Amino acid sequence: MNAAFTVPLTVLASLLVGAFVGTGGFTFVSAKGVSYLSDDPAVCVNCHIMREQYDGWRQSSHHAQATCNDCHLPQDNIVHKFYVKASNGYRHSKAFTLQNFAEPIRIVPSNSKVLENNCLRCHAEMIDAITAHGTLGVAATPAGNVDVHGCVRCHVDVGHGPRR
Amino acid sequence: MDDKPGRFKSRLPLWAAIIAGAAALATALVMALYSNISTRQAEAREIAFKVLDLDERSIDPAPWAKNFPRQFDGYQRTAELTFTKYGGAGPNQKPISKLEEDPNLLMIFSGYPFSIDYNRRRGHAYMLTDQKVTGRVTKAKQTGSCLHCHASNAVAFREVGLKRGAPGTLDESLTSAHGQAQLLEGLDGVSRMPYDQAAKLVEHPVACLDCHDPKNMALRVTKPAFIRGIAALASGEGLVPHLPSIEKWRQGDRARPYDPNQDASRQEMRSFACGQCHVEYYCGPKTTLFFPWNKGLKVEQIEAYYDEYRFPDGHRFFDWKHPKTGAEVLKAQHPEFETWSQSLHARAGVSCADCHMPYVREGAIKISDHHVRSPLLNLSKSCQTCHRFPEEQLKATVLAIQDRHHALMMRAEDALVQLIGAVEKARKSGMDEAALQQVFDFQRKAQWRVDFINAENSMGFHAPQEAARILAESIDYSRQGFVSLSALQLSASRPNSAPSTKDKSGILGQTIPTPSGSGTSASFEKTASLVRAPNN
Repeated sequence: MNAAFTVPLTVLASLLVGAFVGTGGFTFVSAKGVSYLSDDPAVCVNCHIMREQYDGWRQSSHHAQATCNDCHLPQDNIVHKFYVKASNGYRHSKAFTLQNFAEPIRIVPSNSKVLENNCLRCHAEMIDAITAHGTLGVAATPAGNVDVHGCVRCHVDVGHGPRR
Repeated sequence: MDDKPGRFKSRLPLWAAIIAGAAALATALVMALYSNISTRQAEAREIAFKVLDLDERSIDPAPWAKNFPRQFDGYQRTAELTFTKYGGAGPNQKPISKLEEDPNLLMIFSGYPFSIDYNRRRGHAYMLTDQKVTGRVTKAKQTGSCLHCHASNAVAFREVGLKRGAPGTLDESLTSAHGQAQLLEGLDGVSRMPYDQAAKLVEHPVACLDCHDPKNMALRVTKPAFIRGIAALASGEGLVPHLPSIEKWRQGDRARPYDPNQDASRQEMRSFACGQCHVEYYCGPKTTLFFPWNKGLKVEQIEAYYDEYRFPDGHRFFDWKHPKTGAEVLKAQHPEFETWSQSLHARAGVSCADCHMPYVREGAIKISDHHVRSPLLNLSKSCQTCHRFPEEQLKATVLAIQDRHHALMMRAEDALVQLIGAVEKARKSGMDEAALQQVFDFQRKAQWRVDFINAENSMGFHAPQEAARILAESIDYSRQGFVSLSALQLSASRPNSAPSTKDKSGILGQTIPTPSGSGTSASFEKTASLVRAPNN
């Protein structure tokens, strides 16, 4: 290619990369992107879909004890925690942008396991006698949804408050 | 040696072009995402778009549609022809006739307008037009009471009230003291009008103003018979654990009557708005339209109120005199609110709107679905919010409950039709009305109960065990009537040992059943020995 194009094309590329970084940064900030790195429950209603769950949590018995992330993210190590956070964030933002998700929204099996483990993490002492016999934990169903089979099947309102 | 840097240098323009293109595309995508995010954020901020001012005269839904386009879209869709196994009018413009579906009803409603024309119901949009063309209105005389629920009536009733001397003007809020006085005075006025005259006062089927305050969109009730009925319910003894605001009012000083527009919670209003019409009531010509809730909402509490009630001419309450038997019987309307009141769903705080108008989301906006319809047509939004099971499983559960009640209801109707046939035969062979009074009471009780479930639009689902109990009682009363009639006939053919009600020695050496006015359990015990399993 002609070297005469080199300078103008390099300038154009630099300008456009700059525009991308600028608009991307602006969008990230206007969408409160930084907040997603925090543990603040208000972050979960940024996109409005979780409004009912958030309002319910404020009425629930766990309100003073546990935030969204305490139950819905793994607490074993920070890498695992942010891996799950990022994969959920990706799925949520994709679904909300494309508006192609089924309602009512439901917890997916992998998150069910995280949730159930967090129930057991705090309440281990109390429920040792039950778990010793293998009667708790995510059931061996193909879907393994905790809302049908786990602790929260019965203790449905401890996290998100009364349903109605 | 200098080959590589040389090649890179020569390809630099190409790389620059590729980077420029990719950056441009990525920027465009980022801007699209930004626009999407802004839209959602705007939706979350603005849930109402006030284009027009609405007031107490805004009876036409069209201006409301400008402010609430999403709700209006759903409201309009009630014109769609939806149906389920037991509900809805079917796939054709002409609704399915209940009389053709179930010929037992011709015998049961003999002599009453429901034997002329009785169709499965269509959506809200048709409530006024369908009423104007039903044979029950065109071939029989009806009063203006029908329009209490078949039309958006608030303004019409208030105008009639004003003409009859109620205080204030139409500009005052419907919930103000003057507004309420106009409404109640209007109810008395319109109930005395013939249907045709009253129908000229209204033009819309149920509309926004019937359930919403035009100033702030808050839910409110506007149907005067409901306002009177729920106040009477609160003053009475009937248990209403599912309506905490009534229990609270009862514990208070009761200085003023219970007023749903002041006292009820929003969640209760999400049932009261529907309970304004989906209830049992009297709408005949003999007195003003009323809801029979003074003693409570259960089937026998309503019956007890009717049994005590005297028309202005002093006669015991009845809807019509059955021409084949001579019994004065009751017609149930559509007691959905009363039946729901006996359900687990009601006790769990689930309102009518939770299932029939579930929340739906459009973008970031959450509204309640104003396409009011059967939850069976919208299982994911209606049921799965609480019951996290597959749709097919939920549907099968509901249908199993409905099928069971339908089978039980058919048995109850057959039993009643057999009783009516036997009494008709006895009348023809010369038995007079006076001798048959106790049989008539059984017919009245059996008819009231089976009709309570037949007229109720859920085929038992609104309160499964309660509905089955009512049907079981209906079957029992029909059979007790049959036994009672047989005993009378037997004693008539054996003049020497005519049993009086005192010695109670009836057929087969057993007690003759007599309808107990005090309650069902007593008569169950009294007659338990009469109807035995074959091997007992």
